[in-house]
Amino acid sequence: MVLFTNVMKEYARSGVALSNVSFHVRKGEFVFLTGPSGAGKSTILKLVFMEERPTRGEVRVSGVNSIGIRRSEIPHLRRKLGIVFQDFRLLEDRSAEANVAFALEVTGAPAAAIPGKVASLLMRVGLASKATAFPRELSGGEQQRVAIARALANDPVVLVADEPTGNLDDRATRGIFQLLREINAAGTAVMMATHDMDLIRRSDYRTLEINRGQLVYDSATDAAKTAQEWR
Amino acid sequence: MRLAAREVLIGFRRAPLLSVLSVTTIAFSLFAFGLFGLVAVNLRRSLEQVEERVEIRAFITDGTATETVVAAMEPIEKIPQVARVDLVTKDQALERARRELGEFSDVFDGTFLPASLELRLKDGFRDPANAKAVAERLETYAFVDDVRYGEEWVAKLYRLRNIATAAGLILGLAFAAVAIIIIGTTIRMAVLARSREISIMRLVGATDWFVRLPFLIEGFLKGVLGGTLALLLTWAASATISRYFIETTFFGAQTALVGVLSGALIGLLGSAVSVGRHLRKV
Repeated sequence: MVLFTNVMKEYARSGVALSNVSFHVRKGEFVFLTGPSGAGKSTILKLVFMEERPTRGEVRVSGVNSIGIRRSEIPHLRRKLGIVFQDFRLLEDRSAEANVAFALEVTGAPAAAIPGKVASLLMRVGLASKATAFPRELSGGEQQRVAIARALANDPVVLVADEPTGNLDDRATRGIFQLLREINAAGTAVMMATHDMDLIRRSDYRTLEINRGQLVYDSATDAAKTAQEWR
Repeated sequence: MRLAAREVLIGFRRAPLLSVLSVTTIAFSLFAFGLFGLVAVNLRRSLEQVEERVEIRAFITDGTATETVVAAMEPIEKIPQVARVDLVTKDQALERARRELGEFSDVFDGTFLPASLELRLKDGFRDPANAKAVAERLETYAFVDDVRYGEEWVAKLYRLRNIATAAGLILGLAFAAVAIIIIGTTIRMAVLARSREISIMRLVGATDWFVRLPFLIEGFLKGVLGGTLALLLTWAASATISRYFIETTFFGAQTALVGVLSGALIGLLGSAVSVGRHLRKV
């Protein structure tokens, strides 16, 4: 599903962000990406949705290879992914339902099918009653739910979430995490970057730990090591 | 397309001030261009009128038989540069002098003014070189005493025209360059104001064309609006000048259409460049 092979990423300004990272996320798997700020978690996620390309090595996502992919092919890859950020990235001047519908319209979904699909997505994230509310009228947790509904609009095979609970209080964090678990249980692979150790400890999902651009721990293969080194 | 039209409307509504700024910038740039064009068109027209008056006068030696002169008129008329030849007899010359110098009419008595041939040159042959060539041909006739064609005057007229053309070209190009830079910048501001939206569009899998289309339509519409506004302003300026100062000529319908279309083109190009540059970065 998501396969990193000896991936090295170097930025012109800030130098090496990742070196020699290899891992494989299987279909339907839930994986935490953890590590200190600036370790390279976001870079890994950007490589997944191909906002960045590896300097060396190869990234494969749902059959698409980072080597030789054309710019025009990237939108089609992204339609197979759901992407969620810490800052929600909603359009402030559109209602919750319009924000979700936007993802469907952009990909050319038939206009007649959009309202029904939007209603069922908002129901799925528990926001059916707030469909017409604007982002500023919603709490942080509710805004993230709208963002997740939007990410699910095109039935993604992988949901990529970069610190989705970073801006939320405990209660909202638990709610969003529960929602992500449900989404994963329904068959969508989830890659979630977080440095919330509580969240990681409370579940037994696979954890990849990144430090200074290197994969230092993978709970699937490297159970002997602890995730304590960087703290 | 329907979706793109909706995004255009949203764009206008979200940043009305920026939209108005883009439209007025295009309008004023093209208005400056239009004013200059108006000056150029009218200067050229006046020069053409002055040019039409360029004539060559060959004075005839006293005592030449009229038949000799009339016989020579036919070959002279066939000189390629010559449009028409008129014979002004001594009597006619005196008559004209009296008419033109009204109050001194009684000074002119007798027939001391010489007869002459007056030549008009064809369009496009009224430059100093051609006038000189024709004058030299006339001097070869035995009955021609002297040839005058305002040598210096014609040369000056031509220098003036060349300077006007060069100044028009340089200033026009400078105006166009400034207009394109300003328009590019305002459209860039519009693109930057919506950069968040663009990044979200790309995140959910919008193709580059899907992102670009609303901006292109927006740029085109702003260009058309700006161009039309510029045309109206130029027309108003022309009408005002005609009414209070001097009679001016306005552009023809074709030139006016070209003006509006160039506004549209500038808007379209400005958008395409700004969005293209932005898309390469995200």
